[in-house]
Amino acid sequence: MSTTNNSRPPAGATPPAGGARESEPIKAIRLRHPWRIVFAVVLVVGFVLFIVDAAGREAYKWDFVAKYVFDRRITEAALNTLQLTVYSMVIAIILGVILAVMRLTPNPVVNSLAWFYLWVFRGTPVYVQLVFWGLLSIIYSTIDIGIPFMEPWFSFETNAALSTFTLAIIGLALNEAAYMAEIVRAGLLSVDKGQDEAATALGMTWFQTMWRVILPQSMRVIIPPTGNEVISMLKTTSLVTAVPYSFDLYTRSRDISAETFTPIPLLIVASIWYLFFTSILMVGQHFLEKRFARGVGAREDRKIDTMSGTLTGAVPLGSGQPTVVRPPGDGPPPTKPGEPR
Amino acid sequence: MSDATTPSAAARAPMVLADRVSKSFGSNEVLKSISLEVKHGEVMCLVGPSGSGKSTFLRCINHLEVVNAGRLMVDGDLIGYREAGGKLYELAPKDAARQRRDIGMVFQRFNLFPHMTALENVMEAPLRVKKVPRAKVEQDARALLARVGLADRADYYPAHLSGGQQQRVAIARALAMEPKLMLFDEPTSALDPELVGEVLDVMKGLAKEGMTMIVVTHEMGFAREVADSLVFMDGGVVVESGDPDEVLSNPQHRRTQAFLSKVL
Repeated sequence: MSTTNNSRPPAGATPPAGGARESEPIKAIRLRHPWRIVFAVVLVVGFVLFIVDAAGREAYKWDFVAKYVFDRRITEAALNTLQLTVYSMVIAIILGVILAVMRLTPNPVVNSLAWFYLWVFRGTPVYVQLVFWGLLSIIYSTIDIGIPFMEPWFSFETNAALSTFTLAIIGLALNEAAYMAEIVRAGLLSVDKGQDEAATALGMTWFQTMWRVILPQSMRVIIPPTGNEVISMLKTTSLVTAVPYSFDLYTRSRDISAETFTPIPLLIVASIWYLFFTSILMVGQHFLEKRFARGVGAREDRKIDTMSGTLTGAVPLGSGQPTVVRPPGDGPPPTKPGEPR
Repeated sequence: MSDATTPSAAARAPMVLADRVSKSFGSNEVLKSISLEVKHGEVMCLVGPSGSGKSTFLRCINHLEVVNAGRLMVDGDLIGYREAGGKLYELAPKDAARQRRDIGMVFQRFNLFPHMTALENVMEAPLRVKKVPRAKVEQDARALLARVGLADRADYYPAHLSGGQQQRVAIARALAMEPKLMLFDEPTSALDPELVGEVLDVMKGLAKEGMTMIVVTHEMGFAREVADSLVFMDGGVVVESGDPDEVLSNPQHRRTQAFLSKVL
């Protein structure tokens, strides 16, 4: 901040008479950091050595990696993993929002029910839950739809109605929903109470207030940990073998390596695909974060600060309305969300 | 603004009628049997030390707070309840929201929606609540921003506006619903001193146009110049009320005198 006010005289000093020369810019010899350079060189050399060694090492069997990375069975499995991730996350986010809102309602029964859900699904390992879902047909051999204690309208064989793929999604989604609920709740609580009051005072309904005012603002807090959860989910899908569903990326590559006796290259193949998807998800998260940073975000302000030299206030996360003093008619227009920083 | 009060208005129910309104938070009694009346086109200033209940009273008028006793009527409508057969029925949220549409509110901390531009802030309620066509809403919103002197700031986000500009957008946002009553909750208290004037000017303009206003404020100059009546509250009761000039220059009650000696 202080660097932008270079024309202001130091405190206590009498301002020089009009036309006085400004003080010279500082030309100092830069401080050197020899150990930084040494450390960096050691790291780079170590890394290069590792790569060179790995490239030539027999056990990695890079020819196998190249052969299997676009193998039909692998690409199909990669697609299955992606589907498991996307479907279960979408369900988890919707369910998470519902649970978060339930947790915040004044109704004690609804509140307790949501709490109980969180207690069960966060309190048991996802692997155990997935095994349970696999055993669903033993616990409930048919699924009946209708009025309780009456002849059901529809009745399904559980095994026929729910494939292991569906069960895997249900298992992953219900577990994840518990975590999403807490993330969404934190996001909703981060929005200033005045926002709710302002919307209410304008005559907006509870749903309009939530959908148009509270949720969009809480997204800023919700998105980063949700991105984390998506990436985590991508990898958790490797547990669906517990259902047992065996067409996901990890299980499929294990199955192939069991035939070819080459576990290491196939693990690398699976890792390459996981990394590929993770990278795509990270890019997506970046753009989502930018979208929901509209109107806030310290970075945007700082940019304007250095460009125009006007005094700007830092914008703390979750604060109410930051006040930015700016003389009228001065400075560039606000940064649009689409513009590159 | 007595000139805005037409003879027929005198026969109408007052814009705001508070009849022995009480409000407590737990065991803390914030409002104790407040009775007052605001006529159509009248500007009333509520003054008093912090914690005197003036903001709470203002928030009761549009049902942001629920009163515990007494009746609050706005333009003849009972706020928050429906009375039938000698019984009070709590209003459904939808009906309470309908009552609030006609009552504009301006907050101390502006409470603009930070993820929307100034224009979007002003457009939001007419668009979503009144469901007016977008083209009309945008035209009206631009006119309102021009009226508060911010035509060139329509596409700015609140974070890129000064406090005074933000508060003027907030006033435009409230006016967009074409309210019959405007409530101001310390609209200039969060502003830097040099920005207070621009907000007060907008409010003066509104008063001149005959808007009924209740203003919680510490700006005694504004009260003297603009208000038709002044109410001094302390400890949850109305201590003194009347013509602003009279109350300010010749306070009768000891507590009013003590307060005014500190702020004037």
